[in-house]
Formats: sequence, structure tokens, C-alpha cells
Amino acid sequence: MLDINKIRAQFPILNRKVNGKDLVYFDNGATTQKPQSVIDAEANYYTDENSNVHRGVHFLSGLATDKFEDTRKTIQQFIGAKHSKEIIFTKGTTDSINLVANAYRILLSKGDEIIISELEHHSNIVPWQMCCEISGASLKVIPLLDDGELDMNEFNNLLSESTKVVAVSHISNALGTISPIEEIITKAHKVGAKVLIDGAQAASHVALDMQELNADFYCFSAHKMFGPTGVGVLYGKEEILNKLPPYQGGGEMIKEVSFEKTTYACLPHKFEAGTPNISGVIAFKQAIDFITDLGVSEIAKYEDELLKYATTEILKIEGVKIYGTAKNKSGIISFNIEGLHPYDIGMIIDKMGVAIRTGHHCTQPIMDRFNIPGTARISLSVYNTKAEVDVCINAIKKAKLMLS
Amino acid sequence: MSTIQEIQTEIIEDFAMFDDWMQKYEYLIDLGKELSPIEEQYKTEDNLIKGCQSRVWLHAEHTKGKIIYTADSDAIMTKGIVAILINVLSGQSPSEIAHAKLDFINEIGLKEQLSPTRANGLVSMIKQMKIYALAYRN
Repeated sequence: MLDINKIRAQFPILNRKVNGKDLVYFDNGATTQKPQSVIDAEANYYTDENSNVHRGVHFLSGLATDKFEDTRKTIQQFIGAKHSKEIIFTKGTTDSINLVANAYRILLSKGDEIIISELEHHSNIVPWQMCCEISGASLKVIPLLDDGELDMNEFNNLLSESTKVVAVSHISNALGTISPIEEIITKAHKVGAKVLIDGAQAASHVALDMQELNADFYCFSAHKMFGPTGVGVLYGKEEILNKLPPYQGGGEMIKEVSFEKTTYACLPHKFEAGTPNISGVIAFKQAIDFITDLGVSEIAKYEDELLKYATTEILKIEGVKIYGTAKNKSGIISFNIEGLHPYDIGMIIDKMGVAIRTGHHCTQPIMDRFNIPGTARISLSVYNTKAEVDVCINAIKKAKLMLS
Repeated sequence: MSTIQEIQTEIIEDFAMFDDWMQKYEYLIDLGKELSPIEEQYKTEDNLIKGCQSRVWLHAEHTKGKIIYTADSDAIMTKGIVAILINVLSGQSPSEIAHAKLDFINEIGLKEQLSPTRANGLVSMIKQMKIYALAYRN
């Protein structure tokens, strides 16, 4: 069993006050807080290790390169990738998706189809729309059911020989739905399509094994899993990444450059043009170690317990409607209160120290599907407690009283 | 009719009476509820100012050298601030509106409502009010 107080003690920000109250941070879907080990690693890099990677012959450059590559190996093990060169460092999930969608502008043509879902974050919609505009491919969308699950019958109908790419999220940032990606991947592979999974909300909440999952691409962000901002991962199968054209040109990604012809470096460097976020990547290892030490399944178990408690408590408030009631759900509660605007709720409980997200959560099609302008969203992490849930529920009750 | 500056001073005095954020927010909520409704015909897509969080509808009419604004919002707190802005600017001349410095917003401690990150449409609303003023100035 996890010792939550011991975990909380590793996060200095949890001690601060907001508007004179103890901070209750329930906006973990947007970004998680960082443990001391991550903060120290980032500071230590600039204090003691700063040097550019993969370039110099001198001591510090070697040290920075080793540590940088250590993170790559740690991630390889964390997600069960076959090779460390299948781990590409990016700016974040959005950047990872754009990298792949950009390559498919060249690989796809008219008549080809890309399938996404109604659950997607704008980051997994817009890059594919841009891809379709240029390649001539068309975009198909798996619709949502009322409980926030994907309509898998409709997915089966959409799949065809024309399907070349299926890009879906593992866990919905707006509703918390955990989608049956294993089934999606197996079925998509049967028609010869490649599958990209947006794992931004999943990577620290669900144990990942790329060999078992068999996804062709899997994307996630460090900052949503206790790591620094500005670092993301694109996992891709080696043989597929080798076939993709490079994304950006520059240093690091070349083999030889001349004005007549430039040849490209091998994986992973082919996709890592320019000086990367070295300090962020090095500190990201500490975040992965933090998760591994606790155990992803232990984290998931605790968050599930917290989710069940928070769901029960919030439903006791009259007029509350929860959006997203899938059977398989992550620690996210998206809700509205009858007659109240989510923005007003968020503004008022902020004054009581409670940080939640309000709005459309970069998922306007989901909001349109439910015919609402937005929701208030509680998103939980392993350092949150039942006592914090109680504070949040009381704050919401108070807001409701003020607004009614 | 009081000048823009006089109205701003009155608002600052009103807010000075509140001891804490709760009284201030309750006042804003009341202002929001009391705001004269915009005519339904003006709640159009053209008059909609889309924020990331809440939406504001703004309509302007130019009569007898003055601009009369009416507005609405789907969020009550936003609507409260909309009410204050209308109180300050509606009924003034285009040139006064165009030149108005709305520094009362900082003084009454509602600056956070107008930071771009709040994205409630209010920053764009003020801009739109001024654009109407510039358009009607001549």
C-alpha cells in the first residue's frame, strides 16, 4: 500500500498556500506537480553538467550525453520498447503527433482514409486535418456513446482496406474514458493500417508494454507524469520509423551535408534536429524512476479508489451531472451543475485554494456532442487525498450557494 | 450624465467597502443578474465574442452622439464585469470611449479577470467596445 504522506512530502509545491488556503491541486490532467528529485536534477544539470549532447569530445559533453541517453534507455524499459532507438524525444505529445502526421502528408494520397475518434484532444484532430488537406486523404471519426465510450460497432464499420492510419487516445483528457486500444490496434492491423495512440493521459496511470500492445506509435508528455515541461516522447516501431521521412532539418539529424545532396542520420537522431531540451530529458528520468518506485499498478489502484470516493461524494450535490461514465475510467471527473456555468464554479473555488480546470478542455467536438459549452474537471493524481476531495466538495457546495 | 472618470471613481469607492473576495464576488454576481437583457435579435454570431471559457454578446447603437451598449454572457461572473463596463462606457460619446483609460479594473482587484489567460472574452469585449467607438467617432 502506498504511503501518501511520504509521497506528498516529495512535492514541495503542495505546501504552498493559494489565496490564503492550502492548495488543493486537482488539475493534474493539465500538468502534474514535480517531485524534488526532478527539480534537483534539472537544477543540477545547469549547476554541474551543462554541455551540448552528441557533439563534443570533452568531458562534460560526454557526461551530458550519457545522462541524456540514460533517460532514453529508462523510457525504453518503462514502456517495453524493443530498442532504445525507437524512443524519439520531442517537445511533447502534440509535437509527437505532428511529427507522424507530417510524415503521412507524403505517404498518403487521395482515396486513403485516417480514422480518429470524437474523444480526441484537438492535438490529435488538427494535425490529421492538416495531413488530409495536403495529402488528399479523408478523415473518418469514431462517434461517442452517451456514457463517453467509443462506439466500437461504428469503428468496425469505418475500417476498410482504405484505412491507412488510426489515431486514438488511450485515455480521454475530458471524460476520463479508457478506450479499448488493444482491440482497436488488432482490428486496424487486420486491414493493414498503422495505429498511433495518444497516451498523454495514460503514461503514468496505466502500465505500458509496447510488445504486448503492438501499437505502431505511442506518444506521451513528461510534464503530465511528474516530469518537466517541453519534453515528450514518440515511440515508434523501428521498421516504420525508418520508412518515415524526417520531420525537421538541422543539426543532429544529418549524416552528411552538401549542397548537392544531404543524407540523414539513423534513428533516433533522424527525428531529433537541433539541440534538444537536455536538462528536461535528464530530469525526466527522475520522474520515471519516481513512478517505477511506486509501481504503476499501485498508482492506478489508489487513483481508482480516490476516483470512486470523489464520484460518490460529488453526486451527493443536487443538480450535478457527470459527463463520462465509462465502465473503464481514469481519475477524471468532468461535471456540470444544473443552471450554473463551469467558469463561475472554477473562479469561486479557486478563491478557496482549489485548482480545477474549466472550459472545453481542447475537446470542442465532445462538448458539441453533449451540447454544453464546457465542464468543470477534477483530475486526480497519486499525491491527492480523500481529505482534499472533501475540501473540494465543500468549496463546490459553497460556490453553488453563492451562484444560486 | 457623469463622466467616465466620475463613474470609475464611484465604482472604486463601491468596491472599497468589501472586506473580502466573497463579498466582492457576491456583488459581481448580483450585478450580473441585474444587467438589462440584450434583445434576442442581437444575440447573433456576429455579436458573439468567443472566449475560451465564457461567451460574451455585445451590441452597440449610435444615437444622438452617444453610444449605447447592450451585452450578455453565459457565465454570471463574466456578466457582472460586463455590467460594470457597460455602466462605465454606455451613453458616452465615441471620442470619450475611445480615449477612456479603464484603470479602475486594477484598483478594484479584478485584474485577474482580465488577464488573457482567463480567456473569458472580456479583453476582447473591451477592444470591441473601443472599435465601435472609433467607427462612430466621425
